[in-house]
Amino acid sequence: MIPLLQVNKVEKFYNEETKVLKDISFEVYPGEFISIIGPSGAGKSTLLRCINRMVNFNQGTILFDEQNIGQLNKKELRKVRTKIGMIFQHYNLVPRLSVLENVLHGRFGYKTTLQGIFNRYTQKEKERAFFLLEKLGIEEHAYKRCDQLSGGQQQRVGICRALIQEPSLILCDEPIASLDPNSSKIIMDYLKMISSELGIAVVVNLHQVEVAQHYSDRIIGLNKGNIVFNNRSAALTNVEIQNIYSSNMQDLIMI
Amino acid sequence: MIDNKLKRSNWHIWFFLIAIVLFTYGSAAITQFNVVEGMITLPDALLWMLSNLFVTGESLAKLPIILAALFETIFTSIAATVFGAIIALFLGLFGSSKTMINKPLMLFSRFVASLSRNIPVVVWALVLLLSFGQNSVTGFLALFVGSTGFLTRAFIESIDEAGDKSIEGLQATGATYFQIVFKGVLPQCLPQVISWILFMVETNIRNATLIGILTGTGIGYVFDIYYKMLNYNVISLITLCIVVAVIVIDVCSNHVRKVIL
Repeated sequence: MIPLLQVNKVEKFYNEETKVLKDISFEVYPGEFISIIGPSGAGKSTLLRCINRMVNFNQGTILFDEQNIGQLNKKELRKVRTKIGMIFQHYNLVPRLSVLENVLHGRFGYKTTLQGIFNRYTQKEKERAFFLLEKLGIEEHAYKRCDQLSGGQQQRVGICRALIQEPSLILCDEPIASLDPNSSKIIMDYLKMISSELGIAVVVNLHQVEVAQHYSDRIIGLNKGNIVFNNRSAALTNVEIQNIYSSNMQDLIMI
Repeated sequence: MIDNKLKRSNWHIWFFLIAIVLFTYGSAAITQFNVVEGMITLPDALLWMLSNLFVTGESLAKLPIILAALFETIFTSIAATVFGAIIALFLGLFGSSKTMINKPLMLFSRFVASLSRNIPVVVWALVLLLSFGQNSVTGFLALFVGSTGFLTRAFIESIDEAGDKSIEGLQATGATYFQIVFKGVLPQCLPQVISWILFMVETNIRNATLIGILTGTGIGYVFDIYYKMLNYNVISLITLCIVVAVIVIDVCSNHVRKVIL
């Protein structure tokens, strides 16, 4: 099978002494569910943002769908971003706009600037938005303002916005870090369903090792900008966990 | 020990009090201003105001002229504010670190903002008077320049405050710059933007009166004429009209603010 995403020897530094990412290489296949774990400051967020070039990297290549991400111009980059959905810790919606509008924002990449500004969405797109809202169980909130929704509901709006892009890859930057355990489970279940049923590859940054083990096909362990683990989640032993977090097992809270 | 410290702080207070009194006395002596004399003339001045500054039936006949001038002033201020706001919105977008296009444009926008804001509107009016002469365009331009500067500054703050989270979210979907601005940034800071524009309209109506005296237009000009004719009854009517207009606009804009926020 051809990998959907190939990250090859990627390096990122702000100055010579502090390298955020060092020699990062891994592959993502269609429909795969991958978790990236590691201590705070290990470079998880930066790595994720390098993939859709929300952050520019300094060396190496990233191939997505046979396109070299590092060498795209502005227009090509926007085109690639439409194929990569992104979900954030703080949902990153527009709080004062309605749920429906926020979901439809996912179509911006397919539209001209003016179509986007004047809300020219096709009937099909609107139907698709309602279909997704229904699928994630928040269709009754479609006309509410986003800031009236709970965290878990807002995250589901975020997922809808990513899905309406018709992506082949979804990046999730700590999607459950500000949610309660109940909503966290709902969100993770949806993400799992997206990868297994829709065949969309999902890359998730996580803080909870147990959650990563439970949901992922593969886990990537990041420590100080290096990949120290990259294997099936069953292969993640206590020794490996200690290595990733560079601390003893008894110093870690495992849920 | 504590006693000593208390005594010392007491000593400081006395020192400053005496210094202030000496300073005040010194300035009064230099400018030949007699405080006592000023106090004594106060009741007389009040009495004069009460006996001269009241509206008579005769002065009410001038009401149509006054109202026409007042509306001219109000509309000039509103027009200046709206035009200023449109320019300021673009300068604000270029000037905010969240939505800037490039650095030179950001510095330019901030430079324009501080240049037009830090020179008082009255000074702008006097400067523009030299090139545009005594007409309502000068007043309009003076208010326009002042509002543009102030509003640019205010809009930059509002846009910065609106947060970069929604911007990042939209960027990741592949949205264009103007899609992000119109659908991510503006909806988020619109209440503050409108609130600042209303504040600017109020301020400009107050300023316009003063500027009208200089540029010979609007209510300021009418005020100036009757003031020089020593027609105090009309003057009091004009003042009353200005006060009522400012209060009405204040109430209206407060109501609008309550609805949008």
